[in-house]
Amino acid sequence: MRIFLLIVSAIITIVLIFLLSTSLSISGSKTPRFGAFLSPQNGFWQNAEASNIDFNEKFTSARLDGKVDVFFDERLVPHVYAEKENDAYFVQGYLHAKFRLWQMEFQTYAAAGRLSEIMGKGKAFLEKDRFFRRLGMVSSAEQSLKTLEANSVTKSELDAYTNGVNAYVETLDPAKYPLEYKLLDYKPEKWTNLKTQLFFKYMSYELAGFDSDFEMTNARSIFSPADIEQLYPIAPDSLDPVVARGTTFQNASHIPKKPGNADSIYFHSSGISNSTLIPQPDKNNGSNNWAVAGSKTKSGAPILCNDPHLGLNLPSLWYEMQLSSPTLNTYGATFPGSPSVIIGFNDSCAWGVTNASRDVKDYYEIEFRDSTMQEYMFNGKWLKSTFRNEIIKIKGEPDVTERIAVTVLGPVMYDKTFPNVLKDGKYYALRWLAQDTSNELLAFNKLNHANNYADYLNAISNYQCPGQNFAFASKSGDIAIRQEGKFPAKWQRQGDYLMPGVDSSYAWQGFIPNSENPAMTNPARGFVSSANQLATDKDYPYYLAGRPFIYRGIIINRWLNRLSNITVEDMQQMQTDTYDVFAEMARPLLLRYLNQQDLSNDELSYINKLKEWNLRTDYNEEGPTILDKWWRRLQKEVFSDEFAKTALPMRTPDNSTLLEGLLRDSTFKFVDNISTPRVESLRQIVSASFKKAAKDLDTAKQSDYLIWGKYKNTGLKHLLNIPSFSRQQLEMGGSLNSINANFRNNGPSWRMIVQLSKDTEAYGVYPGGQSGNPGSKYYDDFVDDWVKGKYFKLLFLNKQEGQNSDKIKWKMTFSKA
Amino acid sequence: MKFLIATILTALLSFATALFLPWWIIALVAFIVAAVIPQKPLLAFLSASIAIFLLWGFQSYLIDQQNNHLLAAKVADLLFHKKSYLLIIIVTAIVGAIVSGFAGLTGSLLRAVIVHNGRNKKS
Repeated sequence: MRIFLLIVSAIITIVLIFLLSTSLSISGSKTPRFGAFLSPQNGFWQNAEASNIDFNEKFTSARLDGKVDVFFDERLVPHVYAEKENDAYFVQGYLHAKFRLWQMEFQTYAAAGRLSEIMGKGKAFLEKDRFFRRLGMVSSAEQSLKTLEANSVTKSELDAYTNGVNAYVETLDPAKYPLEYKLLDYKPEKWTNLKTQLFFKYMSYELAGFDSDFEMTNARSIFSPADIEQLYPIAPDSLDPVVARGTTFQNASHIPKKPGNADSIYFHSSGISNSTLIPQPDKNNGSNNWAVAGSKTKSGAPILCNDPHLGLNLPSLWYEMQLSSPTLNTYGATFPGSPSVIIGFNDSCAWGVTNASRDVKDYYEIEFRDSTMQEYMFNGKWLKSTFRNEIIKIKGEPDVTERIAVTVLGPVMYDKTFPNVLKDGKYYALRWLAQDTSNELLAFNKLNHANNYADYLNAISNYQCPGQNFAFASKSGDIAIRQEGKFPAKWQRQGDYLMPGVDSSYAWQGFIPNSENPAMTNPARGFVSSANQLATDKDYPYYLAGRPFIYRGIIINRWLNRLSNITVEDMQQMQTDTYDVFAEMARPLLLRYLNQQDLSNDELSYINKLKEWNLRTDYNEEGPTILDKWWRRLQKEVFSDEFAKTALPMRTPDNSTLLEGLLRDSTFKFVDNISTPRVESLRQIVSASFKKAAKDLDTAKQSDYLIWGKYKNTGLKHLLNIPSFSRQQLEMGGSLNSINANFRNNGPSWRMIVQLSKDTEAYGVYPGGQSGNPGSKYYDDFVDDWVKGKYFKLLFLNKQEGQNSDKIKWKMTFSKA
Repeated sequence: MKFLIATILTALLSFATALFLPWWIIALVAFIVAAVIPQKPLLAFLSASIAIFLLWGFQSYLIDQQNNHLLAAKVADLLFHKKSYLLIIIVTAIVGAIVSGFAGLTGSLLRAVIVHNGRNKKS
């Protein structure tokens, strides 16, 4: 009996330990290993940071050349003072790892197509990995790393940074791993220089990885070339370009030739046969920047402002810091995963970026001899393909090999094993600028050191991808903006559609020389700005191949034209402005064509709210929701009949296209519903769409989503989408077409204002906090201020000031072992 | 008295060994303590489980206090869809208690079997 009990009890104990040491599958997701996870001495409890935590620390490493002092201010922003510049990058790496290790590694796993390795196969991780492998992220990061390491400046900077990250990782005992490692049950790897390049390639994907070539090709099979010009115009009428209209440009030094057969086969061809979910970066990734000259400011000093709009995540994409050495003194937003300051300022100037939003991603249809993809037709000959075998590890399952054929036009992105959205069974090779080798870090290193306008130009000339509008202002009084990057010289509409790949005639014929990139320096109007609109009007001799975001550009320039005696407070007010220019233009049109007599009282009350609305997209307004619903319905009424001709994805015409089409001509061709015998008027369509929108609004009202702020639901999502680590439903106004552009999980990821007076006066805020640990009070402590549109004064201190400042709470010292 | 000693010993040794070893060391500690200190099986179970209930409960309680309940509430929400820091402290303590309790019971039963066999051989 005793033996029996002993055996039973032993079995229970062993089974319990086993179960608590195993990751269980519950409703599709894996649980952490509960024993280790709950244990107070090893598990998540170790990540619950004491609210009075002391960050003072002494660290020694043989890899340092001298001494480094780090002063943390009350917001946990480190001010790094190194005797040797490279030591500053070592410490930057160490601090990024100390506060953001999990996120920086996770992002590079995503970039390298390795998510299945830590997440398992579920929820389409494998498909995502395959997608990134086929994009060629790893091989292009490897190539770019060679370029980066061939330059002694960037090599020694990145080496120091990587050493710093690893110096921290080596000190880490499993009980202290960031929480997400414990949840997902894996270990941090050693950081490598390659991972930093992977991170840069990931940003290229986020900002220059959008394409609509398949959707446009599908549209072309349905619409005539004239219709296409109406639905997808190259430039909207109300465009206020980055480089002001009327600017004269030098003649193109490189004129790309349109292939002779383009009119017959490229602009007309048809033959599209059915949709998979292909990842696309958020098309709302946009940004604002501007600089005003001293002539327009109250202090007489230039002011530079920047707010990049990106996916809003926790931990935040940005980490704020000051890097200082005898050869360097810079402050700003840094990327955990890369050394240097990305957006910021130094003792003599400031810089900020917005996305150029130009199409640098094209596809070529490849004619393979057979489905083995061994040979393909090119310039009249069968050429041999090369193959890249990428092994994808999957947690708890055998590896998968992704076999990617590579042609002279690029790697084959879509084939029989990885179908495109049109499911046409064809082979498409990808030509994407991010595949090219480049050294973006050199541009940032040089910007960090720039003393004047000439240094700025020299610095950004090293920048290739993703193309950005670099705004600049200096204490010497210069302001400038330049669309910088490497851009293919394209003939009109080249690459808007899928291109034939049987010969070289449709290939990129060259690049726009750097000196011919659109730019503006010290204009008479006293300001420069950009907000992802097209860089120029039609006088620019190259095809811009960009997507028209126009409304933020209009309101920014309206503000800047109007303002004089500008102060920092004006800039803060402007950067958080919620006035919606699209609504200003769309509302009168809608109201003009609405038949008000057949509206019910409920419907009329919506109209009255819309009429009374002050065009500001503030949290409690209902006007913007009414307009948004109505506009969506109108878009459907206008286009769904034509679009019903295909079940395949097509690019939805931009809001500006529909609005301008209707403003120009109330008999806009697409207004008529082609599935009915009669011809509908704009009045009928606008009224019918309002009736439908009113029903949508009733539904929204019932679930309390009529208030704009609730409807747009701006929030910060944890990278693993864990609700309790996220901040959703933030109480803030704004819309995609106002300067304070935000919607769902996209918005201003860093707001910065720098006045370049004798003593630099700078303000900034980002939605997040300096710590990446959900168990720290510094995880999201900036969020509420960001929501309210408040700013922090940025402490740009020299070491002496740092030592004596009462804002400095903790000190870390790093010295040579 | 034995009960108290076993309880305190289990808690202390568990604390010390877990500084260097994985979480399941608590089971080994409870097992050994129960095998060495003679107690009725039920009491061995109780002393082992009370020891870890108190150890894990007290440790997580202290951490949670210093953390202003920030992470415990988030983890409770993640695991149980309830933002209750108290819940996760109790779950932590109970999970530890059950494992060490059964390990203690096993240790005590093993001792009983060995002692019983020894007596049988003598007689």
